Formats: sequence, structure tokens, C-alpha cells
Amino acid sequence: MKARFLLPLGLFAALVVLFAVGLGLNPREVPSPLIDKQAPTFTLPQLHAPEASFGSRELTQQPVALVNIWASWCVACRQEHPFLMELAQRGDVPIYGLNYKDERADAIAWLKRHGNPYRVSGHDLDGRVGIDWGVYGVPETFVVDGRGVIRYKHIGPITPQVWREKMEPVVRQLQQGGA
Amino acid sequence: MRIFCLALLLLVATSAVASIGVYEFETPEQEVRFKRLSEELRCLVCQNQSLADSNAELALDLRRQVHTMILAGKSNADIVEFMTERYGDFVLYRPPLRAATVLLWVGPFVLLLLGVVVLGRLVRQRASGTGNDDAQLDVAEQKRLEQILRRRGE
Repeated sequence: MKARFLLPLGLFAALVVLFAVGLGLNPREVPSPLIDKQAPTFTLPQLHAPEASFGSRELTQQPVALVNIWASWCVACRQEHPFLMELAQRGDVPIYGLNYKDERADAIAWLKRHGNPYRVSGHDLDGRVGIDWGVYGVPETFVVDGRGVIRYKHIGPITPQVWREKMEPVVRQLQQGGA
Repeated sequence: MRIFCLALLLLVATSAVASIGVYEFETPEQEVRFKRLSEELRCLVCQNQSLADSNAELALDLRRQVHTMILAGKSNADIVEFMTERYGDFVLYRPPLRAATVLLWVGPFVLLLLGVVVLGRLVRQRASGTGNDDAQLDVAEQKRLEQILRRRGE
């Protein structure tokens, strides 16, 4: 007799828990299949110097680097920009930029106005390299190790909290692991 | 004024065509494949639309990618592999059967089975009359029922 009432109640409670967890997840955070894989090879013209190139080779010149996908039309990029500037000033980890589907002049003007935290930015005008990197929403930031393997990907603007809790531990570990 | 309206209409018309994107194919078979593929691949920006439905920039780019790959003679499997390598199973409206997706594929049938079992048990209980003691009256209730009936009969 008791079980007859307890069973639906139990099922209901299980559903509530399931939905609560499901609603708490962010559907925009699609796990990237690129994690722990070799970063896609690419060669792009540099944003500031179109005749020079920027490619995967530059990413393996240090034990760890950040690759930030950005665009002047991207609102959330502006939001994370001050923090990228701060990171660049600290100089712990080199930041490379991938300027995604942007007009060169717009991108350069944007960096002039807000500051340029990037060592180099590649200019991906048609977004083809972005597709190889599985980019679907700017800004996105990849942590790439010295062998050119993607170790972490963050979708959306980097906040100090995201940096402290998610990205910095990965970066530190790679830096301590030696080249 | 009329010319202005005409110009405006023409402008709207061209931009509409531009955003949908007209692709040319060598064979009708290629076009069919293009349509099938862009309906089965999911746009990652507007997550409940397929590439075919979506007008997001990324969907446009991915449609163009599918188009060039078809013209380059790639098979459907090649194209699906290309997409999943970059965007994961999420890009597929029909994800492959794996440990992580078993619940997705089997879940509805498990629920259906559960429903059938529960329904079957309920029906059997009703039919056999056991289990619903509520319908049976105990002695006191029976007496009260008789009382009421007698009063009515008076």
C-alpha cells in the first residue's frame, strides 16, 4: 500500500533532479572533439602585415600558448578584452590572435582603440581556418601546448574567474612540465 | 517616389537571394545530396535549426563547405566525418550509437516498455478485482448503507 504512493513520488523526485541538472547545463558549451588532438595546421596572412604569414608553426615555439579567436564585430570580445590586456601585460603566457571573418581595416582600428594583447594575429577573412578549429561562437580561446596539441578550450569571454579556475591550472601545469 | 520604391524592392530581392545562397551543381544527384546533408547537419549557433534552415553566418559557411566538398567528389561519409572531426557528434541530428549516446537511442523504448508494464499490471489488477479493497465495504459501512437504503424506502 505504501509503495504505491512512494513509487510515483520517488519517480517524480528523480525527474526533478534530472531536470534541475539539465537546466543548469549550458547548451552552448558543446564539448570540442579537438581536445587533446593536434591543433589543425593552417597558414594565414598576418593581420598587421599581410605579406608575412602566421601559422601552426608559431604556436609550438613555447611550452604553452593561448589562441584567442576574436573579431571587431563581436560584442563579447570587447567584454573580455581588458582581461586579455591584463594577461598580456603580466606576460606569463603568449597570446596569439585569430581574427575571424573581419575586415582588415576594422580589426586593426579595433585593436588601436582597445589595445593589442596579441603577439601576432592571423587574418581569417573567410572563416575557413575557423571551421578547421571548430569555431562556432566568438570569442573562443584554446590552450595549446609546446607540441601543438590543444589542451583546453573555452567558449565565450574569459573572465578572471574562468581564468583562475579553469585555464590557469592547465597553463601552469604545462609550464611546469617543461618544454 | 515610384522609382525609389522599385529600387528598394530590387535591393530587398537581391539581398534575400544572397542570404539563401544559390548553389550550382553538376548533376541533380549532387543537389539532392546537398539538400539531404544540410538537413541532417545541425547549425551550432542556432542549435535547433539545421544548416538548411539557418541563416546564421556559420551555417552559411558550412553550407558552402558542404557544397565545395560535394563538387570535389567527396562522399557523404567524408563530409560527415569532416564535420564531426571539428564540431563533434553534436553537429549530427542522428548521432552514432556509442556508450555516451546509448541513453539517447534506447531511452524512449525503455520508457515505452516501462509504461506498457505498468499499464498491464494496472489492467490485470482491475480485472481480477484484487488490490482495490476500496470498493469493498466493511461491516460498519455495510450497515450504514442498509440504513440509508431503508430510510429511502420509507
